[in-house]
Amino acid sequence: MTKQQANWSPYDNNGGSCVAIAGADYCVIAADTRMSTGYSILTREYSKICKLAEKSVMASSGFQADVKALQKHLAARHLIYQHQHNKHMSCPAMAQLLSNTLYYKRFFPYYAFNVLGGLDSEGKGCVYTYDAVGSYERVGYSAQGSGSTLIMPFLDNQLKSPSPLLLPAQDAVTPLSELEAVDLIKTVFASATERDIYTGDKLEIVVLNADGIRREYMELRKD
Amino acid sequence: MFRNQYDTDVTTWSPAGRLFQVEYAMEAVKQGSAAIGLRSKTHVVLACVNKANSELSSHQKKIFKVDDHIGVAIAGLTADGRVLSRYMRSECINYSFTYESPLPVGRLVVQLADKAQVCTQRSWKRPYGVGLLVAGLDESGAHLYYNCPSGNYFEYQAFAIGSRSQAAKTYLERRFANFADSSRDDLIKDALIAVRETLQGETLKSSICTVAVVGVGEAFHVLDQDTVQQLIDAFEIVGEPEGPAAEPEPEPEPDAAAEEGTTADQGAAPDQGVAPMDI
Repeated sequence: MTKQQANWSPYDNNGGSCVAIAGADYCVIAADTRMSTGYSILTREYSKICKLAEKSVMASSGFQADVKALQKHLAARHLIYQHQHNKHMSCPAMAQLLSNTLYYKRFFPYYAFNVLGGLDSEGKGCVYTYDAVGSYERVGYSAQGSGSTLIMPFLDNQLKSPSPLLLPAQDAVTPLSELEAVDLIKTVFASATERDIYTGDKLEIVVLNADGIRREYMELRKD
Repeated sequence: MFRNQYDTDVTTWSPAGRLFQVEYAMEAVKQGSAAIGLRSKTHVVLACVNKANSELSSHQKKIFKVDDHIGVAIAGLTADGRVLSRYMRSECINYSFTYESPLPVGRLVVQLADKAQVCTQRSWKRPYGVGLLVAGLDESGAHLYYNCPSGNYFEYQAFAIGSRSQAAKTYLERRFANFADSSRDDLIKDALIAVRETLQGETLKSSICTVAVVGVGEAFHVLDQDTVQQLIDAFEIVGEPEGPAAEPEPEPEPDAAAEEGTTADQGAAPDQGVAPMDI
């Protein structure tokens, strides 16, 4: 007698891709706006990006119900922090909080693949990338979601130094200008849309810098 | 109210039907430094007097932001006030999380009152020794409530609690009919004048008072010291030796009055009327 398998899953994958790139004094966070289930499209206009604090923006793909719950949970924790400390959480603090929150549900995880972007305490861009249970790392750029396998190698090609042995060790920040980074994001999503069926419709780009927050949209292929 | 055989714990009634411990708790509120609240149709203003224990120490925080639409000013045991503020913040966050909308002020004060009532009916607890002026805005308009240690709460157009609050209440009683249609600035001006009434001679300076506002399109926030000082100067509200009836006419002598006030009161010993617990 073979082991019984569940015929109902508490999870679903709503697809989509998220990318973030950190610069010297800015951070770009982007995600497509398509929400799918199976081979169907639920909506073409769903935002996967959430502003958690003054200088922290999170983009998450995966199961959007879990993503929504996670965003609400973090927003509530941020309010408590503000009451207690009289200031907004810094991006590194939010990064640690997100990690702890994810691990808290280690045995019934949030099906959320997150990428957190923002400005650190010195005003430099920072990107943190996560797995579903909270393992995280500060990096210069990252991609998550259904198109991540298509996007990440391209970002490595463009942004990663050729060999860590030749050049002195780079810090977590990539040497791009803000406009170049936004342009790279648009290129990368256009390509991912071509081959990933779950990525498309519209691209939402959020740029965080010393002047504040800016939002931009770009149309993507709708097929 | 003197020590008697029915006041040892809160679960003992007196033959006259009084719970002395609860009444003593309300005494603690009267001993704290003053807090004042007033509301119009669109705004609510809270103001309080900050009395530091000595020149060396800072003053205690008496106004707390509870949520974007609710704030509270306390008088009495500030530690109890802090704990209750934390409870209120937590309730607001939980309500927003569940219903994605702000907690109506009336609900919050009922929860607070019920929490206070519990402490009047358990032998192992004591009543909270703090009075709260809850200022908030919700769908039904602007509200000001007073929650007392007994578990009672009342809604007010304007109110004052703490030491020498009677002076402020007298001023407010004369003027409250105009408050409903007051502008935001007039409301703040009236609050500052009411605070001045409780100071009885001392100069009104931004360093000894705190003002907070919440209104339509304006989240609850405490005004910073510079803004308050500018408002005091603009309204030319200065300390006057007499004068519950003093109206702030534009007079060209704010400097002279300010100097007199400063020398008289700055080095004064901590006020006899202020309880050691509340500063």
